[in-house]
Formats: sequence, C-alpha cells, structure tokens
Amino acid sequence: MTTSALEAGTARRTKPSRAPKPKQPWGSPATYFIALVVIGLTLAPVVYIVLGGFRTNSQITTDPAGLPHPWKLSNYTDVLGSSTFWTEFFNSALVAAVTTVGVVALGLMASYVLARYRFRGRGLMFALFASGLMFPITVAVTPLFLLLKDLGLLDSRIGVILPQIGFALPATIIILVPFLQAIPLEIEEAAAVDGCGRLAFFLRMVLPLSIPGVLTTGILAFVASWNSYLLPLFILNSPESFTLPLGVQVFSSQYSTDTAKVLAFTSLSMLPALLFFTLFERRIVGGLQGAVKG
Amino acid sequence: MSDTQVSSAAASTLGGGVTSGGDGAGNAPSPAARGPRSSRIGWRQRFEITLLAGPAIAVFVLFVILPVFMAAYYGFYRWHGYGKPTDFVWFQNYKVILSDPAFRHAVLHNFQIVALSLLIQGPVAILLALLLNRKMRGRSIIRVLVFVPWVVSEIIAGTGWSLMLQTQGAVNAILTDLHVFGRVHVDWLGNPHIAIWTLMVILTWKYIGFAVILLMAGLQNIPEELYEAATMDGAGYWQTQWRITLPLLGPTIRIWAFLSIIGALQLFDLVYIVWGQYVAGVAGVSTMATYMVQNGRLAGNYGYGNAVAVVLFFISLFVALVYQRLVLRRDVAGSEGKAR
Repeated sequence: MTTSALEAGTARRTKPSRAPKPKQPWGSPATYFIALVVIGLTLAPVVYIVLGGFRTNSQITTDPAGLPHPWKLSNYTDVLGSSTFWTEFFNSALVAAVTTVGVVALGLMASYVLARYRFRGRGLMFALFASGLMFPITVAVTPLFLLLKDLGLLDSRIGVILPQIGFALPATIIILVPFLQAIPLEIEEAAAVDGCGRLAFFLRMVLPLSIPGVLTTGILAFVASWNSYLLPLFILNSPESFTLPLGVQVFSSQYSTDTAKVLAFTSLSMLPALLFFTLFERRIVGGLQGAVKG
Repeated sequence: MSDTQVSSAAASTLGGGVTSGGDGAGNAPSPAARGPRSSRIGWRQRFEITLLAGPAIAVFVLFVILPVFMAAYYGFYRWHGYGKPTDFVWFQNYKVILSDPAFRHAVLHNFQIVALSLLIQGPVAILLALLLNRKMRGRSIIRVLVFVPWVVSEIIAGTGWSLMLQTQGAVNAILTDLHVFGRVHVDWLGNPHIAIWTLMVILTWKYIGFAVILLMAGLQNIPEELYEAATMDGAGYWQTQWRITLPLLGPTIRIWAFLSIIGALQLFDLVYIVWGQYVAGVAGVSTMATYMVQNGRLAGNYGYGNAVAVVLFFISLFVALVYQRLVLRRDVAGSEGKAR
C-alpha cells in the first residue's frame, strides 16, 4: 500500500509519456490543425499587447489590428527607463518572493503534521484549512482592510503578504498532504533506529522528498501573488508601495491617450510570471496529480 | 487506495462539515498513523505539533477566518469606517441589499455566469485536455502556450481585451477585414445584449488553462492498460474516450466544476477592470463583488459593504453545500468501497 502511494509522487517518471522519446509519432494532421487554431486564439490577445507596444499611437488608431510598421522601440525603452516601473517591479518581486517562501514553509509544516501525526483534532484541522477554499478573498477583503487598518499594516508590503499567505494555505495543504503521506513509513522507522528524531527527520528526509509538491505549490503561490489585484487595491494607496498590477491600472488611466505605451508597460509586467511558469509547467501538472486522484 | 483520499477529503470538507473519512483516517489511514511512536502522545509530540502547525493556523485564522466574522459583525452597523461602529441598525443593511434591484441583477448575472461557464468551459476543456494528451510532436510547447492566458494577470488580460474590444479596436477591424460581415461596428462592451457573451469569451479564454491543467493531471492517473484493453476489444478513439476516459475523469471534472462555480460567484477582477464600476451595471455584467466594492468601499459605507460580503458568502456557501450534497457526495461515498 505504501509503495502504491509512493507512486503518486513518482509515477510521472515511469509514465511512457515522460520517458525519453527517441521518436514521437506525428499523429493525424487534424490534431495539429485544431491545436494551431487553439493556440492562435489563446495567444492573439497577448501578441496584440506585445506587438502594440512596438507601434505608434497613430498606427494603432488607423489600423487597430495591423503589425508594427515601422517597429518602434521607444515605448519599451521609455518604460524600462522609468523609475516607476522598477519600483513597482521590485515591490511585486519582493511581495511574491516572501509570500511564496511563507506559504511553502508554513504549508509544509502544517501538512507534515496532518500527514504524519495522529492526534485528536486532526480531522478538524484539515476541515479548517479545506474550508478556506470557501472563503475567497472577495468576501474577506472589506473586513480585512479594516483589520489591517487596526493592526497598522495598511499601505505596507507585509500587509499584503500576510493575508496572501493565509489565502494560499488551503490549496497548498491539499496538494502537499498526499506527497508527505506517500513517504514510506519504513524510511521514518529506519531514521528512528539511527536515532533521528521526528523534527530532524522532517528536515533531512521530508524536505528533500517533497520537492515536487513544494515546487508546484510554490509556483502557484508566486504566480497568484504576482498577479494579485483586489487585495493590493484595498491595502496599498501610496505609489511607492504599488505592485505591478496596480501600476498597470494607474499607468493606463494616467496615459489613457498613449495606448502604445500602456501596451508596452503591460507586456513588460507580465514577463516574469510567464517566464516562471514556462520553466516549471511540467512540475505543476505533475504536482497536481496527487491532488486530483480519483 | 490511498490515492482516493485527497479528492474525497477535499470534497467532504469543502462544505465545512467534518465527515468521517474526510480526514483520511476513515478510509485509508496514513502510514504514520500506525507508526510505532505515534501511540505515545506525550508533551513532546504536542510540542512538535504546535511548533509545526501553529504558525499556519495562526496566519490562517487571523487573516482568513477572522475577517469573515468581522464582516458579520460590521454588517449590522451603519458605519463609515471612522472610529468604532456605534449606529447599530439590526438587519437594515440586509433589507436594503435584498430589495435593491441593482443587487438582484448582480445575483442574476452571477448565476448566468456560473451556468455559462460550466456549459462552455467544461466541454471545451475536456476536448482540449484530450487533444493535449495525445502523443504528438511539439506537445510540450503547445501545452505551455495554452496555459499562457491563465498565467497572465487579470489586469493585463483586462487591459488588453478592453483595448481590443473598443468599437474602433482590433476585433472589429479583423472582422471587417474578413469581408464576410461587411463593415463591423459592434459595441462589444456597452451593448447589454452582447456584453455578457463578451465576458464569457474573456472568462473562457482566461480560465480554460486551469481547467485543462486539472484535467490533464487527472488523465495521467488513468492506467494505460485500460486503453490497451479497449483497443484490443476494437473500440475506436471516440468510443474509448466516451466509455473510459470520461467516466474515470468524473471526480476531476466535478472538482473543477466546484472551483469554477465558486470562482464565478466571486467574480470581480475582470469585470471591474474591463467595464469599470459604472458601466458594468448598465451593460448587464455587474456581479455581487463589483456591487460590494462600489457600494461599500468606494461609497464609504463600510457597514453596508460588509453586509454585502456576508450575503455573498452565504450564497456561495449555500451553493457549495447543495453541490456537495448532490454531486460530490458520490465521490466521497464511492471512495469508501473502491479498492485498487
């Protein structure tokens, strides 16, 4: 039973689709055609934003769907040269990084307790966190604003980070618990024989073994934080503390006549999350596998 | 058999109730639960549990659970956010909310979005997941590209779409260039007959990637042998998908549907960004959440805004409980007797 559980974490590597593929069959042309259409539809708005940044406003007005002609780099260089962009970029990066570390650390510790300890109230604790899926930030944001005001955390990055950690915990725990349960009991017993306490076992064995799950939840938390809009909208009000999503909004209302520059700003601010996700896409699918087992 | 527990645990506890089997102990005890050392529940173990789980519980309760109770408290006051709330008005806020036609419209829009999301995104996502699960060249690149909209933030998606959908924007220009419909001059955002469909296109574009990711993860769990057996029995591709894949994907689909329903009820970002606070109501795409922000924080009526949050919460909770009773229950009940 424990070995079948372990497969939950490692099955990816043994699946034929994951094996090194010397020759992939081409498959039917219809598949490629549909895939191309789908990709065209999904990418069109993104391409529009990126290319729009290389155009001039008059180009956009006269031919809204055209290609840049000639290509104009100044929109992008202007944005990259502005201190506003970099301040907001730094804020977003800091908030996302601290949120990610916090979610993973707290989530892993709590998941370890849920997965490996037996105690009264364990079911209740799981129910508590799982119920968090029912408390989306939309409902909580108004009182959260008042709470953070009382705590003196308004307009501060930590005031965004802490609630984000709280709201990311349920999904993190639901994904991580099966990973930790899949670690065979024998390893823990062997560690105990070697005089290794449970906490030491956690640090030396559990951490390395749960890397796939940690990566999944970490990436999800990072992307969610990078894109988060509603919470910063309520909490942050001075431009020095703005994150990029707020920056995009302010920028687009400030320069509402300069569409091309808005598009350049917008496309630069989506790059990091896209890059991050592209690098780790496989990990996410693999990591979610445990959570949707039927 | 241990693989059944997470989805069922998630499913059974989503409604907030503690059911047997929900904690994993009912149907498949975790390995450690029978561990040699686990019978000694001494101070040391309690210390470890507190040390490890304490921080997560503290942050979660303080910033997720507490605000919801605070909303319930403030919802009984007429209060503008300064000093302590003193003007206790009982259920006055709730009376106003429930009799406000603008709120009723918002609720209606929310439920329209729920239904349309399931009907549009479900089939499309299943077909896409099947497509991406086929062995083909360049599959990994295609996968990454399909997920791009999901990774792009709501503000960026909203900014891009609202520019493209202007009457003078790129969408109308492309449709005109096709020379099929003549000169296209559609008001995609402002026309109340069209706006909800425009919103559905944007939502489908934005969130289909998440559905596909979940479904693909679910597909990986279906044993390859079943397909081999079906092929040997002479089943065609679509027959195999219909008879084997779809039923086995059931639990994943139901979990996705749950998340999609809750997401649609709580929808805020994209509507607020694309339509703004005033146009949304006129165009027929306002949601409970945009109503809450507009009449709560922006109007300075914090008591009222909190009351809207409470109504929003109870509507979501009600829908979730009904869904759990009617749909997810099968998964929970089924997992008890299932064995591998």
